[in-house]
Amino acid sequence: MTGSTAIRVENLSKTFDTAAVLHDFTLDVRAGELLALLGPSGSGKTTLLRIIAGLDFPDAGRIVFGAEDATKLPVQQRAVGFVFQHYALFKHMSVADNIAYGLNARKRSERPAKAEITRRVGDLLDLIKLSGFADRYPSQLSGGQRQRIALARALAVEPRVLLLDEPFGALDAQVRKDLRRWLREIHDRTGQTTIFVTHDQDEALELSDRVAVLDKGRLEQVGTPDEVQEAPVSATVLKFLGDTIEVEAIAQAGEVRVDGQLTPVVAPAGLVGPVKLYARPWQLQFAEADRAHLHGTVRSSYRTQGRQRIEVDRPGGKTVVVEASDTARLAAGLPVGLRIVGGHVFPN
Amino acid sequence: MSKAIPHGDIGRPASVVTEGSRVRWLLIGTAIAFLALFLVLPLVTVFVQAFAKGWEAYLAAFTEQDAHAAIRLTLIVAAIAVPFNVVFGIMASWAIAKFEFAGKNLLVTLIDLPFSVSPVVSGLIYVLVFGAQGLIGPWLIEHDIQIIFAVPGIVLATIFVTFPFVARQLIPLMQEQGTAEEEAALTLGASGWHAFRTVTLPNIRWGLLYSVLLCNARAMGEFGAVSVVSGHIRGLTNTLPLHVEILYNEYNFVASFAVASLLAGLALVTLAVKSGLEWRYSADIAAGARGH
Repeated sequence: MTGSTAIRVENLSKTFDTAAVLHDFTLDVRAGELLALLGPSGSGKTTLLRIIAGLDFPDAGRIVFGAEDATKLPVQQRAVGFVFQHYALFKHMSVADNIAYGLNARKRSERPAKAEITRRVGDLLDLIKLSGFADRYPSQLSGGQRQRIALARALAVEPRVLLLDEPFGALDAQVRKDLRRWLREIHDRTGQTTIFVTHDQDEALELSDRVAVLDKGRLEQVGTPDEVQEAPVSATVLKFLGDTIEVEAIAQAGEVRVDGQLTPVVAPAGLVGPVKLYARPWQLQFAEADRAHLHGTVRSSYRTQGRQRIEVDRPGGKTVVVEASDTARLAAGLPVGLRIVGGHVFPN
Repeated sequence: MSKAIPHGDIGRPASVVTEGSRVRWLLIGTAIAFLALFLVLPLVTVFVQAFAKGWEAYLAAFTEQDAHAAIRLTLIVAAIAVPFNVVFGIMASWAIAKFEFAGKNLLVTLIDLPFSVSPVVSGLIYVLVFGAQGLIGPWLIEHDIQIIFAVPGIVLATIFVTFPFVARQLIPLMQEQGTAEEEAALTLGASGWHAFRTVTLPNIRWGLLYSVLLCNARAMGEFGAVSVVSGHIRGLTNTLPLHVEILYNEYNFVASFAVASLLAGLALVTLAVKSGLEWRYSADIAAGARGH
C-alpha cells in the first residue's frame, strides 16, 4: 500500500504579517501512510496542514497531488477530508445530515441518489461504531463521539487525503488513548492517506507510520518513529521527543567523555572538542562514585506507572531526572553517583 | 490558630453583595415608580384618549383617506428599508466578523453613527445632498427626479436611521461563531453560497429574526429624520408618526391617539415577540456554546 508519493510539498514558504511560519519547506507524503506532523506550538504544522487543504495559500512553493499541481486549486476541488480540532460539526443538523453534507453539496449531476446517500451514511456510522446515532444532534454527543462524527463526515466524500488538525487535542486523557487506537484501526482498514498534526510526542510515535518533526517553520527530520527516536538528526528533535538530561562532554576520536570518564556514547565522525551529551532519564543508572559520570544528591522521588522517577540535584544548581525500576525508595539528601549508559551528542 | 471569621449578625442579608432589606425595597420601589410614571402611564393614556369618545370615534380615525395613505406609506417604507438593512447588515457583519482588513474599526464605528447622531440631523443631511439647493439637487431637478419631499427621501432617511440594528446584532454573534464551520463546509466541496445558505444562515437565524423585528419597529415608528425630508404632504408623504402629529396639531385628539395606539400596539407586539425570541435565541446560543 505505502509507496508512491501522494502529496508533494515543495519549497513552501508562508509569512503572516511579518512573521515567517514556513521556510522553504519540502516534504513527500506517501500514498496510504499515516504521517504525523509533530512540533511545538508555533512550529508551522497547522499552517502546513491548512495550505495542503487549500484553506490557506503559500507565498511561494508548490503543492502537488499525485501528478497534478494543486497549488492554486480552490479548497472545494482538492478533495481533501479535513477534521478540525474542535470538530466544527454543523450544530443545527442531525448526525446523518452532517455526514451527508459533502454528498448533498455536490452538483445535481454528480450527487448520488438519496437511497445511496442514506446507505453510505449508514456504512460510515457502522465504521465509527455510532450506528443508531443518525438522528441525534451534535450537542447531545460527547467530545469523543463528535470527533468520530467529524471523521465520518470527512470520509464520506472519499477524499484523496485525510487531514486532521490536533484531532484529540480537546479530549481528556482516557478518551484520547481510545480514539488513537481506533483511528489506527480505521486507517489500517481503509488505507486512507492521512496526515495529522499533533504536539504530543506519544501520540505521534504511537500512531504514525512516519513522523515529520517541525521546528520554527522548518522540517527538522522525517522518518519512522524508530528512526527519529534512535537517530535524531538534531538536539531539537531529540529534546522534543521526550525528557532529556543535558550534560557537558568532550568528544575525541569518536569517544565521548564526561568529567574525564569514558561513556558508551559514540560521537559522529568529525565531531571533536566540547559537545553536549543528551540522555533520556532511563539512560542514567545509579553507580559507585568511582564509576559515575555525574554526582549529586537526591532531591525527591515519585512513582509513576510502576517506575520511579528521582530528581537529583547536581553541583551548580542543575537538576536531572533519573528513571529507575520501582524498588528501594531513595531518601532525600542522599549523595548518589550516576552513570551514563546511552545517549546522543551534538555540537554545542 | 487564628480567630474564627465572625458569623453574620441576625438580619444580615444572606449574600455579601446584597443590601439590607430597607435599601433593597427603596431601590425596587423607586424603579417601579419610575417605570409607572414614565412608561406605563403614557402608554395607558394613549389608549384612554383613543377611546375617549367611544369605539366608533376610534374606528372613524382609520376610515379616513389620509389615514389609509399614511398606513400604506409606512408599510411601503418598512418593506423597502428592512430588507435593504438585512442584506447590508449581513454583508457588513460577515465582512467584519470573518475577514481581517484595514479600516475595520472605522467601519464598525461608522455603523454606529446613526445611533449617535440626532435623527433630525440625518434628515437634514439628505436635504442638503438631494434638496433643491443641495449638492446634486439641480441635477436631480434637471432629470425630473424627486427625492426630497417624496417617498425616495423617506425611504433613504429610514434606511439611514435603522441600518445599525441588524449589523449590531449579528457582528458579535458571527464573531463568536468563528469560521470553522464554514471552512468545514468548503473542504466538503460546498461552494461559498451553498455554505452560506446551509451553514452560516441557520447559525444566525434567531439573532437575525430578532434584529429584523427591532429594525422593523423602528422603521415604522421613525419620526425625526422622516419629518425633515417628508414635506408633510397629506395623503402623499405622511407616514403614521407624521399623521399622528398632524392630527394632534389640528386638535383632533381622538383620531390622533387612535392612530398612535396603532403604533403603540405595534410596539407591544414587538416586545412580546422579542421576549419570545430572546428566550428561544438564548437557548440556541447555549446550545452553540455546548457545541464547542
